[in-house]
Amino acid sequence: MSRYTPEEKVKIARNPGRPGTADFIQALFTDFFEQRGDRQCREDGSILGGIARFHGRPVTVLGHRKGKSLEENLHCNFGMPGPEGYRKAQRLMKQAEKFGRPIITFVDTPGAYPGKEAEERGQGEAIAQCLALMSTLTVPVIAIVTGEGGSGGALALAVGNRVLMLEHAVYSVLSPEGFASILWKDSSRSGEACGVMKLTAQDLRRGGIVQGVLKEPEGGAHTDWEATFRTVDAALKKELAALDKLSGPALARQRYQMFRAMGQGLSQAGKEES
Amino acid sequence: MNQFFTQRRDRLLTYQAMREGRITSTRRKACPGCGAESSALDWSRNKQVCPRCGYHSPIGAYYRLSMILDPGSFQELEEKLEPADPLDFPGYADKLQGLERDTGLKDAAVAALGQVQRHKAVFVVLDGRFLMGSMGTAVGEKVTRAAEYAQRHKLPLIIFAASGGARMQEGIFSLMQMAKTAAAITRFQEKGGLYISCLTHPTTGGVTASFASLGDIMLSEPGALIGFAGPRVIEQTIGEKLPEGFQRAEYLLDHGFLDQIVPRDQWRHVLSQLLALHEKGGRA
Repeated sequence: MSRYTPEEKVKIARNPGRPGTADFIQALFTDFFEQRGDRQCREDGSILGGIARFHGRPVTVLGHRKGKSLEENLHCNFGMPGPEGYRKAQRLMKQAEKFGRPIITFVDTPGAYPGKEAEERGQGEAIAQCLALMSTLTVPVIAIVTGEGGSGGALALAVGNRVLMLEHAVYSVLSPEGFASILWKDSSRSGEACGVMKLTAQDLRRGGIVQGVLKEPEGGAHTDWEATFRTVDAALKKELAALDKLSGPALARQRYQMFRAMGQGLSQAGKEES
Repeated sequence: MNQFFTQRRDRLLTYQAMREGRITSTRRKACPGCGAESSALDWSRNKQVCPRCGYHSPIGAYYRLSMILDPGSFQELEEKLEPADPLDFPGYADKLQGLERDTGLKDAAVAALGQVQRHKAVFVVLDGRFLMGSMGTAVGEKVTRAAEYAQRHKLPLIIFAASGGARMQEGIFSLMQMAKTAAAITRFQEKGGLYISCLTHPTTGGVTASFASLGDIMLSEPGALIGFAGPRVIEQTIGEKLPEGFQRAEYLLDHGFLDQIVPRDQWRHVLSQLLALHEKGGRA
């Protein structure tokens, strides 16, 4: 059993000293070529992505970027993408499919940005299209939740053949603050929310939502980046090798069936209980 | 025999619809839109649209189906699907039971096979009286099964959304319904299926960000609030008041996210036109 409470895990998952998408890309990949822009109106810094080599092999890599300094935070909108970010992600993923490159995503966001312009340009539609696109991709897709997986803004990059989580990462339907605010009209009860939401990697593994939990160094990923990189690198290599055995259509089918099954048996279970 | 069942189904639909109509109308005498008082009878004659200002009041799922489908064509699908409580969330099971008692619904979605001017289609209607029409595993499963049914039988799919978004009480399982429904709808569409998405007041959060935004045809009722984030959350985030009409159907139409806005008494006409236009070709 974990020594940390869910509430403590949320704090660790949000620790700004944890490696972010940019750090993982720099450490695990070579020849990174960043691709910017959604080709419609804007470049969204909160999603970083491009082409790179993973152990010599071209892949498309992308993920949420929060930034490390205040200046970077502002440029990346603290990792909260707008529709332009999700449309850039779609563009990159379509290209990956066209050129037969596997896709690796790093998920770390409080959620999609709830702003005026974001709504005006179709935040909901952009996320929905990401989900739709990812469900059909005929290349391997591996998603790793490295920090906070917040809501639809996280899921939009996490419809993978494999979804993995770092040991102290969290993934939830909404931030604990938002959850407490909606259900109890009191965001200060977020600690209580952490307890009931089942948002830890261990809970999600048990629930069949994620397929693997990656061990973090003592104290959390921020204490030893190199160890974290080694773990993630090994996991990616292993999962990619397994997915390489599947054909394009088989990859799309496996991914579809995995998400199709989520919550499927529960309705029947509910019936038996009553 | 067949006729007997048809009549029985029709009576059930009429009964449910009347019950919903009564519930809605006794609650709303003063219009939330313009404040004008109208009698319950006027509201009900006008399909729960304000006779003075045209405010479209939210309505129940069976009531909506009864006003759109041809008499005798209603056939409920997956009506036995039960909600689940995957987080063992405190108080949730009791809440579900209470809502079933009050509304006659097992969860927030009703699926049905029906006809509009003799054009057959599969329908899913979300009902805002049930935890704001939020999507948990039962709603996600019902939408998915409806898409699969439509694909199997090569029928068009019409979904009326009305939802506060993902169901909080089912946590991450609710979130996953977004991926599941989006994937099922996409699969159906890639096989040539026609999906008409009809947005009603309000449609927000995880429902907007999944199946509701993926229609081949996107329609909405007048004045419906449609968005990803709710207006209150946005105002808190940006620290300013939002302009009048923000995230309303008319605003979305202006910004290119809807094909048309359809007043309540026009649904039958518009849907039958669209179904007829897609009758030949388009599908394998």
